[in-house]
Amino acid sequence: MSAEGHDHAIDHEHEHHHKDTFITKYIFSIDHKMIAKQYLITGIFMGIIGVGMSMLFRMQLAWPEESFRIFNILLGDKFAPNGVMANDIYLALVTIHGTIMVFFVLTAALSGTFSNLLIPLQIGARDMASGFMNMISYWLFFLSSVIMIGSLFVEAGPASSGWTIYPPLSALPQAIPGSGMGMTLWLVSMAIFIASSLMGSLNYVVTVINLRTKGMSMTRLPLTIWAFFVTAIIGIVSFPVLLSAALLLIFDRSFGTSFFLSDIYIAGEVLHYQGGSPVLFEHLFWFLGHPEVYIVLLPALGITSEVIATNSRKPIFGYRAMIMSILAIAFLSTIVWGHHMFVSGMNPFLGSVFTFTTLLIAIPSAVKAFNYITTLWKGNLQLNPAMLFSIGLVSTFITGGLTGIILGDSTLDINVHDTYFVVAHFHLVMGISALYGMFAGIYHWFPRMFGRMLNKNLGYVHFWVTAICAYGVFFPMHFIGLAGLPRRYYTNTNFPLFDDLQNVNVLITTFALIGGAFQLVFLYNFFVSIFYGKKSVMNPWKSNTLEWTAPVEHIHGNWPGAIPEVYRWPYDYSNPSHDVDFVPQNVPMKEGEEVLHH
Amino acid sequence: MTSLLVIIVLVLLAVALWQLTKIFDLTQVGSNSDSSEVATDADNNVQGYLMFGFLAFIYIFSIYGLFKWGPLVLHTPASAHGGEVDNLMNITWALIFIVQAITQVLLHYFAFKYRGKKDQKALYFADNNKLEAIWSVIPAVVLAGLILYGLYAWTNIMFVDEDEDTVVIELYAQQFNWKARYSGDDNVLGKANVRYIEGANAVGVDLADPYAQDDIVVTELHIPKGKKILFKMRSQDVLHSAYMPYFRAQMNCVPGMVTQFAFEPIYTTAEYRELPYMVEKVANINAIRTKKSAALVAKGETALDPYTFDYLLLCNKICGASHYNMQMKIIVDTPEDYKAWLKDKATVVNEVKAALASETATTDGAAGVHSTKAGDSVKVVAVMPVK
Repeated sequence: MSAEGHDHAIDHEHEHHHKDTFITKYIFSIDHKMIAKQYLITGIFMGIIGVGMSMLFRMQLAWPEESFRIFNILLGDKFAPNGVMANDIYLALVTIHGTIMVFFVLTAALSGTFSNLLIPLQIGARDMASGFMNMISYWLFFLSSVIMIGSLFVEAGPASSGWTIYPPLSALPQAIPGSGMGMTLWLVSMAIFIASSLMGSLNYVVTVINLRTKGMSMTRLPLTIWAFFVTAIIGIVSFPVLLSAALLLIFDRSFGTSFFLSDIYIAGEVLHYQGGSPVLFEHLFWFLGHPEVYIVLLPALGITSEVIATNSRKPIFGYRAMIMSILAIAFLSTIVWGHHMFVSGMNPFLGSVFTFTTLLIAIPSAVKAFNYITTLWKGNLQLNPAMLFSIGLVSTFITGGLTGIILGDSTLDINVHDTYFVVAHFHLVMGISALYGMFAGIYHWFPRMFGRMLNKNLGYVHFWVTAICAYGVFFPMHFIGLAGLPRRYYTNTNFPLFDDLQNVNVLITTFALIGGAFQLVFLYNFFVSIFYGKKSVMNPWKSNTLEWTAPVEHIHGNWPGAIPEVYRWPYDYSNPSHDVDFVPQNVPMKEGEEVLHH
Repeated sequence: MTSLLVIIVLVLLAVALWQLTKIFDLTQVGSNSDSSEVATDADNNVQGYLMFGFLAFIYIFSIYGLFKWGPLVLHTPASAHGGEVDNLMNITWALIFIVQAITQVLLHYFAFKYRGKKDQKALYFADNNKLEAIWSVIPAVVLAGLILYGLYAWTNIMFVDEDEDTVVIELYAQQFNWKARYSGDDNVLGKANVRYIEGANAVGVDLADPYAQDDIVVTELHIPKGKKILFKMRSQDVLHSAYMPYFRAQMNCVPGMVTQFAFEPIYTTAEYRELPYMVEKVANINAIRTKKSAALVAKGETALDPYTFDYLLLCNKICGASHYNMQMKIIVDTPEDYKAWLKDKATVVNEVKAALASETATTDGAAGVHSTKAGDSVKVVAVMPVK
């Protein structure tokens, strides 16, 4: 295509010599499959750092102010003298853990990997609408990752005002050391990250709308694509608002404006700021922040829909209802942000409105949960590791989602707001669920990415230990939250009132350390299987979607010949008019075959 | 520095691994592919039973948790509106447990029951409008009930009637402590702004404001039982949150604006300490502390003080390095005790005057020392107590 208009002779020569160099194939690649792998590997490294940080601060919470050599080794003499973690680095760890996990792992790596890998392959396209923009998107993400990691090494420490970076704390270096250079790098990193995310999202949307193969109508799209598509739209709607908030915060920090600051007396002097409001920042932040939850969760649910249907050997139950609920969730997600701000000082009347819209989200969510369960009913379940993670996702999605009814209700939120109850809730419903979705995706599409299989027994060990530890960590955490324990406390020893919660904290940390350590099983499996895994057949899970009709070996353009045409929806599993229990989308309808779904 | 090196090494290792792919791509050419990593019937069987076992784990863990950790959660609310909050909470919990119990059983039981077998064929069941309608409408109806109850309670709690007879108290937050300003006899807080902060006037009261003349600033919060207290919150530096868990009360303190929350305490501190559940809780905490103390003493450190219950005001919005220790004791008195406590507190205006006077005295005294060449020590001693 790009040859158009080139001089013929040059073009001919170019073809002759055309061989991917290491650089064009592995580094500055514009092939969506390679970019997907790049996202995944970068995300895994960021995930190791993010999860590792949580191990450190969980140790501090269980054994406050105890000396650990590992603290000294990792945090250095400044932040862990004699192996005792300092209070400001505790906040930094919490902040960067949140930032990395929410943005770099569960947004960029999850969407970046699977949207990139699956959108062209599942809709029957040769590549993304713009491969070049796709490449830029990845490299901006890489750059922002490097800056975020770099911010860990500045002298005063990285950003430490929580991942929500509420000003004035995040605006004033006098208030907390991390709000100096660390915060500047955080903001720069996030600004680049948002640019990357927007480029990715625009590409996904355009590709899904324009490049579907013949016969691939919107109502024949796999639910993965629907989820990625809608996720990209939410991202385009909400990320720019965070960008504007970040820019205004940069103005306040560096150029003396007063968008978010007013009437401040700190370190013995009155600052000049006048007339701004931190509540404005909260509105802007959560206008992204809440949709962000669904940016994280919807792709995981999309992956789950595909994995559950394939491994149940059954059509996903209520295909149209699933699409409707994705759309409903996406719409509602943009008008519920205020439920993070019930006690922020905004007008209580707004609290009423946001309670109403928030609790409405429970309806499409319930529809999705019941549809998954019904899909399992009378299936022929192939309990592969991907399937286990998908079932695990439905379980944590329900457990975590249900407590959302408490937090979304302004009256009940008063007393559990910003306690460990919130931490337990969102970790289950979006953290663990989305992570399960990501694992399900990796186990399921690993053969598609690397042409090899992951070891299933290691996968089983990985799932079961993770599943038990996830509940082991977050189930008891609800109780200490209900006991009134605030989050983001470096230690609770200054409150004898909370002394009886200490045992629970030790239990939580024990589960966290075991769960964290067992992720090494996954890492081992992942990296070793890339090289030594059993070679995969073309369609190992006997799936209907188009990505399994492409050859195992990756080639530019995905299919060697013509792009396959699509004749049916993606969920014709165990269709009674066929002998085999799966009918790929590119198989033409038989003479007189009825369309069995609505 | 070491950590930086470690990370650099890790990155280089990763690059090396990535490079190796190419070599392995070449060495593995021609090896046969197979499907041995796909679940077999034996796998399905084992995993199916494990799913069933996991269901048992969730149930047992939940029930164990309820008994073991249930008693730790906040109990008997100490404010008038707290009962309503807890009531709604209990209803919501009942609902959550029912849904949780049913859905988790269905999910894991189906995973067990329909585990794959070679000759089994799945049912082609793509759609059913009646079922979809059922699980859209039932949650909608139930949620409508919860929303209505919640909004009713929320309105009652958050909207304070202007004419209502309340005691107005300001909660003043700064890194990392709390102060309280009482509005005095006129029950109106004087104007305040951080720009008035100077010396003894630590919360920035406008000393010229007539309403400010009787304002009193203290560092321990006393409130009378049986009266509605209207708290006005301010912060001088960053966001803080005034969290009073026993009163089911919380509101952020925002620099540049005044926020508010009102509640009526219904147990004095003394009464709350006597509640059987609290007696038990305190005994339990003290048992833990005694054990810890023994360990501390053995190491040659000082033992922990025994614990008695007090209501607390905690900071619940990340506000800086010492956020974890930003607290103020709240004491709920009988109205008589409250009056007696408040009676002899100095007003801000008087405190500022006293501070100015002592400052002048100190300067005089210092001047005195300098000017008295003979070293008239008597004069200096006389000045000292004023400091």
